[in-house]
Amino acid sequence: MTDPTAPTPEADQSPDKGTALLEFRKVNTHYGAVHILKDVDLAIYPGELVCLLGGNASGKSTTLKTLLGMVTPTSGDVVLDGEIVNDKPISYRVERGITMVPENRRLFKRLSVLENLQLGAYLRSDKDGIAADMQHIFELFPRVEERLGQKAGTLSGGEQQMVAIGRALMSRPRVLLMDEPSMGLAPALVQVNFELIQQIHEDGMAIFMVEQNANMALSIADRGWVIQTGRVVLDDTADVLLVHPELRASYLGGHDER
Amino acid sequence: MNELAPPRQILDQDWRRVLQFGGLCALALVFIALIGMPVQLDTRILIRRHLSLGYLSLIWIPIIMGYLVSKELVLEGIISAKKGPRDLLTGALTGMIGGAGLSLLAVLINNYNLRDPLLNWSPQTLEQLNFGNGIGFGIGIWLLIGAALGIFGSALHVLPALTAKAVGTALLAVILVSILETAITDLLQGFRLTFVTDSLYAKRGGLSVVSTIVLIVFVMLVTVLAAGQGEALREKYDALDEPKRKSTNLTLSFTGVIILLLLPLFLGKIMNELLANVGLFVLLALGLNIVVGLAGILDLGYVAFFAVGGYTTAVLTSPNSPWISPELHFGIVILIVIVAAAIVGLAVGAPVIRMRGDYLAIVTLGFGEIIRLLFLSDWLAPYFGGAQGITNIPPVDLGFAEVKGSDPRSVFYLVIFFCAVAIYVSWRLQGSRLGRAWMAIREDEKVAEAMGINTVNAKLMAFVVGAILASFSGAVFAAKVGSIFPSSFLILVSIIILVVVIVGGMGNITGVIVGAVVLIGVLGGPKQPGLLQELGTFKLLIYGALLIFMMLKRPEGLVPNARRSHELHQEEFLQDAWLKGIVDDDDEEEVTA
Ligand SMILES: Nc1ncnc2c1ncn2[C@@H]1O[C@H](COP(=O)(O)OP(=O)(O)OP(=O)(O)O)[C@@H](O)[C@H]1O
Ligand SMILES: [Mg+2]
Repeated sequence: MTDPTAPTPEADQSPDKGTALLEFRKVNTHYGAVHILKDVDLAIYPGELVCLLGGNASGKSTTLKTLLGMVTPTSGDVVLDGEIVNDKPISYRVERGITMVPENRRLFKRLSVLENLQLGAYLRSDKDGIAADMQHIFELFPRVEERLGQKAGTLSGGEQQMVAIGRALMSRPRVLLMDEPSMGLAPALVQVNFELIQQIHEDGMAIFMVEQNANMALSIADRGWVIQTGRVVLDDTADVLLVHPELRASYLGGHDER
Repeated sequence: MNELAPPRQILDQDWRRVLQFGGLCALALVFIALIGMPVQLDTRILIRRHLSLGYLSLIWIPIIMGYLVSKELVLEGIISAKKGPRDLLTGALTGMIGGAGLSLLAVLINNYNLRDPLLNWSPQTLEQLNFGNGIGFGIGIWLLIGAALGIFGSALHVLPALTAKAVGTALLAVILVSILETAITDLLQGFRLTFVTDSLYAKRGGLSVVSTIVLIVFVMLVTVLAAGQGEALREKYDALDEPKRKSTNLTLSFTGVIILLLLPLFLGKIMNELLANVGLFVLLALGLNIVVGLAGILDLGYVAFFAVGGYTTAVLTSPNSPWISPELHFGIVILIVIVAAAIVGLAVGAPVIRMRGDYLAIVTLGFGEIIRLLFLSDWLAPYFGGAQGITNIPPVDLGFAEVKGSDPRSVFYLVIFFCAVAIYVSWRLQGSRLGRAWMAIREDEKVAEAMGINTVNAKLMAFVVGAILASFSGAVFAAKVGSIFPSSFLILVSIIILVVVIVGGMGNITGVIVGAVVLIGVLGGPKQPGLLQELGTFKLLIYGALLIFMMLKRPEGLVPNARRSHELHQEEFLQDAWLKGIVDDDDEEEVTA
């Protein structure tokens, strides 16, 4: 039986970059009786930019939530630096370098930009380090520094995105989980946004990005997965995926100008 | 949805508004008359022979309605014409429709008997409406009064700004000075200034006509002369640089504290009693503010912790305690109270804290009642005395002084001490890491969790801190009253404290204090009389009305902290700004960039 959605042989040739930073080993998750993720295997290596593609309700956000610990797998393991962290709380994982930019940014709207950033560094106690990282964020986004005292909810969409990324960076992560970072942004901002992500990536940050904007995402990513109703159906380098016939047909085809 | 409506005829618009506001006015007046306010509050004289609290409960409505109906109306595309005589007419008609409501009521009461369902469908009400002069007089007079008051209200827009301000301020001053009669008399007596009170108030209570006129003239003069001074001061203050501003703030707060500390020395027993009660509620409100205002946990059973503080103190200090009576010193008791409150806080909090807001509210409501019922139960009567409560709680011996209920001044100072502690704790927590975590949870619990905040622990902490502050209040309450019964801890206490917090301004320390002072001080607590003692059962109605009004019109509370007010009105603000074309197109700039 030839399953057209079976992983391509290239999948096994994932680049060898030492131990994975973050890994899924045969992860299954359920919401109540509903089976969402089905035997999902993933691996994110230090410093790489990978993206997860898939249709609506295919389990992309669930994947991110499981990685961060907001959802506990019913079977299989979430592995962080070689350690199984299934039972560890979110704080444990955040302290060890995982952080998430949630879908729709979800800033603390009625708190100031500064407070939002401070909350990103909630688990840290190294005052100097926090100050330095904040300075770094101001260099990255001068706009954020100008708006420090403003309520986050009153920022423009683009500014909110900067603060959301800034808040995530404040925990000094090693891997950034981003859930549809370009969702809800004006078309012209989407491009800017991807450039930004690329820039952060070039500074050495591993990024795991969920995107519906498959073309754009793949054009900056190293590798990508495609997930369909909770199952990983494609796992390959971004270059291969970009020209993959099935993917083109289902995701890239008519969606170029989303 | 609200597409630009084709500009309607302004006059047409006005008619609609007149009918709408006039109708509202009539409804409100009839409602107030039928709940018996005018009759029951008639005994409290505000201006001798001319105005009682009963009539005030009616006449403020046409004034407000007249004011509102002629308020500048900014609809999309329509801005009402320049203010002028037509606004007076609108006001007059609105007030007259309102007055007609009362006239109609008088006629109906005169001719039909609905006394059975409507208790105040009574000869007394009719008498009151007729000013004792027969039905014909009653009908006519309310049309006139309504129109006059409506004109007065709308005139506040039409008069030159300064005049309007002077008139408005004078009116407020008269109402305040007459309502605060007890307090003012008491205070002036303390300063040996009885001659002022004697000339201000008539012998049997209420302002005299002469003093009312003098007061009006005086306040208007002051308003006019002081016009602009306030802004000038403000500007001066704003122009100060940071360190100077800080030192000014410090001086001001220091002066405030000194005045507050000296004030009781000049007040009599009744006023000090009132202050002590207010203090107990300030303490409770500050505690609940941490739970509701900062952490966003809607705890409707807050009185439970007040009870825990009270009962712990009673058991540990009273020789009459049915179970153990170690008769400890208050200083030690307070430490045990803290522990007890923390334990009960954890015990109540742990099972409910994971629930979502609305469920949590209902469950805490239940817990509050359960704790009261436990204290009341026969089962625990051997420990807490059941319905008999625990009596004979001794005064607090401070070494140099005794704090006891018969000396409310001493109670006030003890309460002030705990309030200071509570203010300090709230203030420090607000700026702390824990405080930030609370606010994050209040804003978006899921994301707070994603930041690595242990939301369950943080919320429990809020619960415990709130519980401890409430227990302080309970402890002082026990020592003040000298005895303690389950009936002191009705659910109503929780509700009143919550109203105080909401009306004052959630999450805002100053606001919550002001809220407690104003509400508890003027209206009174669940069982404690305020300055308007006569309100009696109407107190709760006013609490309710105030709550609804504040939620709708001023969710940021009495004392807005600039930031929260901004965020709460953000949407309106943006709409207004859009209308006036002053929104800068930030997003679009970025798009084209
Ligand atoms: N808390 C929850 N309880 C029950 N079902 C859930 C819950 N969260 C998500 N689901 C369901 O799980 C499925 C996968 O959801 P998920 O959010 O992971 O999809 P997604 O791939 O991110 O979709 P989208 O692209 O629309 O964001 C959906 O069918 C969704 O309805
Ligand atoms: Mg999603």
